[in-house]
Amino acid sequence: MGIEGIGARVARKEDKRFITGKGRYTDDMVVAGMKHSVFVRSPHAHAKIKKVDTEAAEKMPGVIGILNGQQLADDGIGNIICGWMIHSKDGSPMNMGAWRPLAQDTVRYVGDAVLIVVADTKAQARDAAEACIVEYEELDIVTQPDKALADGAPQIHPEAKNNLIFDWGLGDEEATDKALASAAHITEMDIVNNRLVPNAMEPRAALGIYDDAEDHYTCYTTSQNPHVARLVMSAFYNVAPENKLRVIAPDVGGGFGSKIYIYPEEIVCLWASKRTGVPVKWTADRTESFLTDAHGRDHITKVKMGFDANNNIVGLKVDTIANLGAYMSLFSSATPTYLYATLLSGQYNIPAIYGNVRAVYTNTAPVDAYRGAGRPEATYLLERTMETAARELGVDPAELRRQNFIREFPHQTPVIMNYDAGDFEVSLDAAMKQIDYAGFAKRKKEAESRGKLRGIGMSCYIEACGIAPSQAVGSLGAGVGLWESAEVRVNAVGTIEVLTGSHSHGQGHETTFAQLVCERFGVPMDSVSIVHGDTDKVQMGMGTYGSRSGAVGMSAIMKALDKVEMKAKKIAAHLLEADEADIEIENGELKVAGTDKSVPWFQMALGAYTAHNLPDGMEPGLKEGAFYDPANFTFPAGCYICEVEVDPDTGTTKIIDFVAADDFGNIINPMIVEGQVHGGVAQGIGQALMEGTYYDPDSGQLLTASYMDYQMPRAEDLPNFQLSTSVTECPHNPLGIKGCGEAGAIGSPPAVINAITNAIDNNDLTMPATPQAVWTALHNKGGSRDDKNQFDRHITKAAK
Amino acid sequence: MYDTKYHRASSLDEAAKIFASADDGAFLSGGQTLLPTMKQRLAAPSDLVDLTHIDGLSGVSVDGDTVKIGGLTTHYEVNQDNALSKACPALARMAGWIGDPQVRHRGTIGGSLANNDPAADYPAAMLALNATIHTNKREIAADDFFTGMFETALEEGEIVTAVSFKSVDKCGYEKFRNPASRYAMAGVFAAKAKDGSVRIGVTGAGDDGVFRWTEAEEALASNWSADALDSCDVDSSGLMSDIHASAAYRANLVKVMTKRAVSSAD
Ligand SMILES: Cc1cc2nc3c(=O)[nH]c(=O)nc-3n(C[C@H](O)[C@H](O)[C@H](O)COP(=O)(O)OP(=O)(O)OC[C@H]3O[C@@H](n4cnc5c(N)ncnc54)[C@H](O)[C@@H]3O)c2cc1C
Repeated sequence: MGIEGIGARVARKEDKRFITGKGRYTDDMVVAGMKHSVFVRSPHAHAKIKKVDTEAAEKMPGVIGILNGQQLADDGIGNIICGWMIHSKDGSPMNMGAWRPLAQDTVRYVGDAVLIVVADTKAQARDAAEACIVEYEELDIVTQPDKALADGAPQIHPEAKNNLIFDWGLGDEEATDKALASAAHITEMDIVNNRLVPNAMEPRAALGIYDDAEDHYTCYTTSQNPHVARLVMSAFYNVAPENKLRVIAPDVGGGFGSKIYIYPEEIVCLWASKRTGVPVKWTADRTESFLTDAHGRDHITKVKMGFDANNNIVGLKVDTIANLGAYMSLFSSATPTYLYATLLSGQYNIPAIYGNVRAVYTNTAPVDAYRGAGRPEATYLLERTMETAARELGVDPAELRRQNFIREFPHQTPVIMNYDAGDFEVSLDAAMKQIDYAGFAKRKKEAESRGKLRGIGMSCYIEACGIAPSQAVGSLGAGVGLWESAEVRVNAVGTIEVLTGSHSHGQGHETTFAQLVCERFGVPMDSVSIVHGDTDKVQMGMGTYGSRSGAVGMSAIMKALDKVEMKAKKIAAHLLEADEADIEIENGELKVAGTDKSVPWFQMALGAYTAHNLPDGMEPGLKEGAFYDPANFTFPAGCYICEVEVDPDTGTTKIIDFVAADDFGNIINPMIVEGQVHGGVAQGIGQALMEGTYYDPDSGQLLTASYMDYQMPRAEDLPNFQLSTSVTECPHNPLGIKGCGEAGAIGSPPAVINAITNAIDNNDLTMPATPQAVWTALHNKGGSRDDKNQFDRHITKAAK
Repeated sequence: MYDTKYHRASSLDEAAKIFASADDGAFLSGGQTLLPTMKQRLAAPSDLVDLTHIDGLSGVSVDGDTVKIGGLTTHYEVNQDNALSKACPALARMAGWIGDPQVRHRGTIGGSLANNDPAADYPAAMLALNATIHTNKREIAADDFFTGMFETALEEGEIVTAVSFKSVDKCGYEKFRNPASRYAMAGVFAAKAKDGSVRIGVTGAGDDGVFRWTEAEEALASNWSADALDSCDVDSSGLMSDIHASAAYRANLVKVMTKRAVSSAD
C-alpha cells in the first residue's frame, strides 16, 4: 500500500467543494431562459378529480403554462412502472395499478401530482398554483397495510382486488411446518418495522431542457443512477429515445435509495419543457420531500422460530404484510421479497424456512428501498426473535447465537442465498470483548444506584450486497441487468480518467476509486479523475444502491485497469526492448525487473498517443473499457452490541455505548468505511429511537411532514461509536471486498431495541422507542395490547 | 412568502402609527416565529413593522429587588446577562435552552410572549415569577396576560416593551423537550418568593396553553422539596395529546419536571 493506495486513509478529494459550498447540485444549474415550476398536489388521500379549472390562474403574472394529466396522456407519456416482476404463489403476475405522472381522474395519496405550473419565478408559480381550482370527490381511505387487506376496505386500484399486489412465498412451507411441529420450543413474535422518510439533505430536483432545433432533451436530476433514469424514461415512459435524452446527475446530496427511482417530476419537467418551449426547473421543498419521496420499511410480521431440545433452531416461519403505498415505485416489489426473505437465515443454520409476503396498496406515499432495503427488516425480526428466544430459554443471547452460527462456507440457505465466506464468531467475540460484555452486570448495578435502568442488546447481522448476477436476477423478475461498467482513459500526458457507471452521492468514489489507480500504477492521486453521472460522458452503467459500487463498480474498474496494464506493459516492453513479462509497474514507472531500465508512466502514455514507435500492429492510444457481472452477491456480516440507560421517570433512552464489529472483506479506505458505518448506525438508531412516520388513519394526512414532528438523530443523541473490522475475503471479486454502505442501518435497530427491552424488562416495545413508548412499556408491563401500532393506540386513547 | 411591505420604526409611536395605517400589519422582532410562518405562506401580513431599531427596548436591569428585561432583549442576551444570572439564574439558564444559537441571537422575549406558543418557555417563567408585562399602553399581570393557545391580553397594535418582576428566594426550570421540535413538551418553572409563597408555571402540556399547577404550589409552600410532590398528581384531562405524548404521559412529565425544577432551584 502506498500513501494513496489500497488501504490508505486518504482524505476525501470531494469534501473541499462540499464543505465550502462549492458543490454543484441540480438546483444550482441555471440555463438561459430557464423557468420555474410548482406542482399542484392532491390535498386528499383518495379522491376523484371532478373538475380542473385553471383559467384564472393562467392569466396571472409570469405564468407560462399550466399543464394537466390529459395533455400528458395525449402526448403519449406512459405510466410509471415497477421494474421487477413478482409472481404470486398461485403463479399469477403482480397486480400493478396505473401510476400516471400527473393524475388524470383519481388521486391516491396526499401529495399525488395533479398539475404543473410553469412561471417566470417560483413565487409566481406558487401564486398561480394556489389559484388553480381542482374539485375533488373524496373517497374512503386506508393507510394501514393490515386494514387494507380487510374485507370492505376501500379499493385503491381496480387492478389489485382487495388492494393485494401479490401474495408471494419463498422456501418450503411444508417442511417448515413439520419442523415447527416437532420443535421443543417455539418463540413467537409480532414485529412492526416502522415506516421511515429518507430525508436526504438535498431535496429532489429536476431541470428539463428541450432543444427543438436538435429535437433533444437534457435532464439534470437528483439521481443515484442517471443511465437507468434515461433507460426507463425512454423505454417505458416514452419521453424520448435514448440517443435524444441526456441525463445528468451532478453533485447529489444524499439518496439512501430514495433517488434510485424515476418520479413524476423529472418526466413532467422534460415533457413540460417541450410543451412550453422553455427549460423547466423544479426543486422540492422539505414538506414536499416528506410527502412524495419514496418512504422505507413499513412491514407488519408474524414470526415463529422453533428450537429443538438442545436449543438448535429447527425452523423459521415468517408472515409479512408489506405496505407499498399508493403506487408501485421502481423497485418496490423486490425490496420486500428478494431483498428480504432471502436473508431470513441470518447467520444461522436453519434447516427449514418459509417466508410469506403480501404486498398491499394503501393511501400513503409509495414505499421502496431505503438504506438496507429488505435486509434491515429481515435482520430486525430475526435478531429480536433470537434475543427473545434466549430469554425464554434462559440462555445467554450471545451463546444461543454462537451455538447456531453457520461455520462452514460455502453455505446454501433454504432461501436462495449461498453464503460464500464469513466468520461470524470472530465478529461476535470482538464485539463482546470491546464492550466488556462480561462486566455488564456490574455496570447495571452502578446505574441502578443512579436511578437508571441499564440494558444490553446485540444483533448479529448478515446482508447481501452487489445484487447479482444479472442472469439470476433476471430469472427472479428483474427488468434490468445488475452489472457495472468502467472505462479507463490514460491521457497523452499520463493523467488518468476513470469513467464509471457508479454514482457518488456521499460515498466518496472520487477518492476510493482513484486509490485503485494509484495502487496499480503508482501515479499520484492528483493525476486521477473520476467521471460519473452524465449519460453523454459515461458509457451505460447501473448506478449506485445496495452497496454495489465497491463490489461491482470497483471490480469493473479493476477489469479495465487490467487491460490498460497489459497494453501499457506491451508498449513499455517495446520501448525498453525487453520482454513484456518482465515489466513491472512501480512508483509511476514501468521497469524491467531486476535491471535499472525503466520508462516513466507519462512517457509510455505519450508514446501510446504519438504512435511513432509502437509494437507492430498495435492500435494507438490507451483507453480500455470493461463490464463486470458478479458471480454472486457479497455477504458483509458482523455483530453490533448496544448498551443503554433508560430514565424510568421519563422513558428517555440514552445510548451509552455502541460497538460495531464488521466483516466487509478487504477495505480500500478505512476512513471512508468508518464514515459509512457511522452514518448507517446513526440512521439505524434513528429508526430504533426516533423516526416515526404517522398518517392520520381517518384523513390520510401525513402528520409527520416536517422536522417539527419528524425526529432525525442529532449528534448529541449518539455516542462515540466503537468500530472494528475483521476480514474474510469475498472469493469471487478481484478485490475481495463486500461493501459497507448499508450494514450500519441493517445491524443496529435490533441491538438498540434488545438493549432497551433488556433494561426495562418488557419485550412489548415497537420502534420508534420514543420516551413516551418506553415509558408506556415500562409502566404497562403485562398489559394487553392488541394493536402494535403506537399511533393507532394513541388515536384510540385520544378518542376515549 | 407573499409580498409584504417592510417598515423600520424608530420609535414606539411611529411603530404604532404605521401599524394603525396598515391593512393587516404585524410587528417584527426577531422574526424567529413570524418569518418561518410567512415563508410557509401561513401568515400574510400586508405590512411588517420592524421594532428592532427602536432605542431603549432591550437589555436587562437589576435594581435592588426589581428585575426588568426590555421587550427586544434577545434570548442570547438574557442567557448571558451577569446581573440576571445572579438575581434569577434559572431564567438565564432557560433562555440558553431555547432553540439553537441562531434562534437565540435573533429571537426576543417580547416576541415570544406576544406569540404565546403553548410550548414556549418564557410564558412559564413569567407566570411563576408573577411578572408584569409592560406595553406601550399599560401594565398587565402575567396571570391576566396569557389567555389561551397563541392568545394574549394584547390588543391590536399593542407592543410589549418590557417585563419586570421581583427577584425570588429560589427558582428552577426544567424542560422535557419534544423529541422532534425541541420545544417544551413539558416545561416547568418553579419559583419560591421571598414571602414563602410558591408559583409553578407549566408550559408545553396544557390544552389551553401555559398554566399554573396550584396543587403543587400549595404542597411546596408548606414543604419546598421534591418529595412534597409525591402525593400530587396532575389532572390529565386538561392536557394536550398528540403523536408525541398522550395526556397521561404529559401529566407524568409535568410532575417529574416539577420535582426536578424544585431540586435544581437556586
Ligand atoms: C428552530 C426554532 C426553535 C425554537 N425553539 C424554541 C424553544 O425551544 N422555546 C421557545 O420558547 N421558543 C422557541 N422558538 C421560538 C423563538 O423563541 C422565537 O424567537 C419567539 O417565539 C418569537 O420571538 P421573535 O422575537 O422571534 O418574534 P417574531 O417572530 O418577530 O414575532 C412573533 C409574533 O409576535 C409579534 N411580536 C413580536 N414582537 C412583539 C412585541 N414586542 N410586541 C407585540 N408583538 C410582538 C409578531 O407580530 C408576531 O406575531 C424557536 C424558534 C425556532 C425558529
